[in-house]
Amino acid sequence: MKVILRNPKREVQVAGGRRVKDVLRELDIIPETVLVIRGDTLVTADQTVTDDDTIELRPVMSGGSGSREAACGEARAR
Amino acid sequence: MKCRKCGGTAVIELRRHNAAFCQPDFVEFFRNQVREAIRKHRMFTPDEPVLVAVSGGKDSLALWEVLIAEGYRTTGLYLDLGIFDYSVESKARCEKFAAAHGVPLIVTAVADAVGAPVPVIKDVTRRPPCSGCGLSKRYLMNRVALEHGFPVVATGHNLDDEAATLFGSVMHWQTDALPRQSPALAATHPKLVRRVKPLYRLSERETAAYAFLRQIDYIVEECPFAAGATSIAHKEILSRMEEASPGAKHNFLFGFLDRARAAFERVENVALQECARCGQVTTGTVCAFCKLADQVKRAT
Repeated sequence: MKVILRNPKREVQVAGGRRVKDVLRELDIIPETVLVIRGDTLVTADQTVTDDDTIELRPVMSGGSGSREAACGEARAR
Repeated sequence: MKCRKCGGTAVIELRRHNAAFCQPDFVEFFRNQVREAIRKHRMFTPDEPVLVAVSGGKDSLALWEVLIAEGYRTTGLYLDLGIFDYSVESKARCEKFAAAHGVPLIVTAVADAVGAPVPVIKDVTRRPPCSGCGLSKRYLMNRVALEHGFPVVATGHNLDDEAATLFGSVMHWQTDALPRQSPALAATHPKLVRRVKPLYRLSERETAAYAFLRQIDYIVEECPFAAGATSIAHKEILSRMEEASPGAKHNFLFGFLDRARAAFERVENVALQECARCGQVTTGTVCAFCKLADQVKRAT
């Protein structure tokens, strides 16, 4: 089966016929950090994927300047 | 896996709630969490115009979509950071969203306000890019809100953002930062607008799932400067804890807000005054934003 990964965007082939959680484990991906997309919907970790499936593992993590708000005078003014 | 409410096929499992939901029931769960955040912290009323800070990412566009659906009077604010293709594409996502929903969008370029875009600010200050970027965003959000008469700015900070910020503050025992971490920051000066975070009850994965299921066209690519950011490292640590113990992030943040935050509050004898240059609120004579703009001007 085909797995689409992001950041950078790339594709890998893995064996199907098993649960999504098993695919994630093989790729060393924490389930909490991705959406598992098949077609136009999401699938849960207990669902089975087949060799003919294509799934996208879309990362959900974003960040950067949102943290450490105390670093500037405007934040201190609150 | 079955939906907890209707028994249909679930599209998402929320282990921290020991629940799974189908698409319609997840959308309702998500909106209920936003309603509860707004109600509990009295973030804004249906009569108040709300300025929604949008980046083109999943969180801020999901927030904007919910507030529109709930009938609030919203205007988007996109701050153009000038970060190469990333900014071009994220701005396009915001403009497309605003046009599709028939809502106004204000666009302000950091380069016009500071004198240079974020990549140049990074080189000039020789500090992490998120430093000058975050400072500029907080300053401009407040200034634009004041100029346009908005009493409140809503940002898309989610549970993971807040837990990571708290983790960073605790790791460095920044006890002055702890009482200021809140889903709603009051306007403590006539020139400071209220700042609220209606998504603080929802995890990053939940906001991503909502944005996807609602077919919101958001920018999936990460800011090119985010790689290596401290907040990302903290999120990764917290996600591993969450994997081992569902609800860990929720308990960490909500335990702090409900039981620990007050212990760090004390009367701060910080004199707020208006910056001698720009008139915005600061604790010094000249605000940090004007100092940054001076630094950029000298170097370019």
